[in-house]
Amino acid sequence: MASIKIRAKAKGGVTTVKTLMSHPMETGLRKDSKTGKKIPANHITEVSAEHNGNVVMTANWGGAISKNPYLSFKFKGAAAGDKIKITWVDNMGKGDSAEAAIK
Amino acid sequence: MNLLRRKFLKTATYVGATASAIGTGVLVPQRVLGAYNAAAFDAKDVNGAISGSMGSDQHTASDAIKLKAPDIAENGAVVPVTVSSSMSNVEAISIVASANPSPLTSSYQLSSACEAFVSTRIKMVKTSNVVAVLKADGKLYSATKEVKVTIGGCGG
Amino acid sequence: MKKLLTSVSIALLLALPLSTMATPQQDQEAFQDYYKKRFPGTPFDDFINGVYSIDPASREQWEEIEEFPPYELNMSKGEELFNKPFANGKTYASCFANGGMGIRQNYPYFDTGRGEVITLELAINECREANGEKPLKWSKGPIADISAYMAYTSRGNVIDIKIPDDPRAVAAYERGKKHFYQKRGQLNMACADCHKFYAGSMVRADLLSPALGHLSHFPVYRSKWGGMGTTHRRYGGCNKQVRAKPYKSQSAEYRALEYFHTYMSNGLVVNGPGARK
Repeated sequence: MASIKIRAKAKGGVTTVKTLMSHPMETGLRKDSKTGKKIPANHITEVSAEHNGNVVMTANWGGAISKNPYLSFKFKGAAAGDKIKITWVDNMGKGDSAEAAIK
Repeated sequence: MNLLRRKFLKTATYVGATASAIGTGVLVPQRVLGAYNAAAFDAKDVNGAISGSMGSDQHTASDAIKLKAPDIAENGAVVPVTVSSSMSNVEAISIVASANPSPLTSSYQLSSACEAFVSTRIKMVKTSNVVAVLKADGKLYSATKEVKVTIGGCGG
Repeated sequence: MKKLLTSVSIALLLALPLSTMATPQQDQEAFQDYYKKRFPGTPFDDFINGVYSIDPASREQWEEIEEFPPYELNMSKGEELFNKPFANGKTYASCFANGGMGIRQNYPYFDTGRGEVITLELAINECREANGEKPLKWSKGPIADISAYMAYTSRGNVIDIKIPDDPRAVAAYERGKKHFYQKRGQLNMACADCHKFYAGSMVRADLLSPALGHLSHFPVYRSKWGGMGTTHRRYGGCNKQVRAKPYKSQSAEYRALEYFHTYMSNGLVVNGPGARK
């Protein structure tokens, strides 16, 4: 199951992309209430958005982005039917990618 | 998962090649994937966060930046922040939470196709300023807003 | 303020003897009337949005979260889980009316055959056990995801809890009602204190939500939990917050409370799953 949900809508030449990702986004500062030990940092570090193979935007994230993170951005030059691809990587070396058609 | 990383680097190299071929680097984001700016996130103060992510800590407050964040955050773990601007040629945006142990929450590299707009949800450790810094034509502009983070009575 | 407290305590004193004679239907009308009067600016239908129906500042933040709420991840998971067949080949759909779609508004109900209140989560686990599967944990995790999906398919359906003409059903309702109005815990507070008599007031930095419409949006993704939780998870939390010993999820006590609590919102629509702080 993809950990990324994408909603992209083109209107008046501008495409608004909204994406929601499933990720614990642990800062590495939180302590486990049962063991008292610090929960290791486990958060998305980079997100990239591609349109027709071109990287349109990249984001660098720290642990201070909320759990199950949300991101929205806007760009020009796309049309309904085009594909938008969102990819994330985290500090543990895991990653995921998903694609959606612009509506 | 290494596969995925290799895939990024492949894309990054392609993008890098395109940028140098064109020479202006305008079509693609300056920073390519695979180059996580860890140092900027390690900075312990606002200036360090800004210079780490933007290359300088000299910024001018600008009315052309709209920083939307709640006056009082309902929950400090999920604070919606939206940065937008009518300025042109915005190539990067950074969002800083001044009292966080690591003030830089995120930075965004925008290609020339992007509008100056980013919206996300951040964690704020306590009442403090949220600073949005935008880089346009090599200069830095900012907007600041204080967001109160409270201790709930029951729901918090 | 003193005047308000005095009139409230008088009203409470007057209400007590009367309530033992009133029917559930009369209770419900009085309950809904109370909130309509207390929050005259709130359209009746908006009570399903809880504190956001009475506070514009937090409503704005909630609407921003609702642009793409984290519970959508749980709903998708829930949908997958709901459609995944058990080892014996059957699915959850076989246990529920209408294949489990659009039925949230009927829960909880009183099963006159068994003499018990059946909540949606209870029904989900009974479905599993009937099909040779192990029950899920009650308060969070997969059960909350499945419940979230089922709630989502019921959005817009009018809550219609029935209390059959059976003394055991009325007793369960009365038990729930008693829990709601009974002071408990070291802080000696009743659900009603915060969510009825002081609904709309602040407790430190929190605004107290009206109990009318409370359960329409469950299960709920709470920012505080960083995840999805069921009605009973919240009941346990609330009991703990007044320093009372919580009951177990799906205990008879909480099922009775949920029965009363949901019945009071008859006429409002389901809008679960919800997002809250």
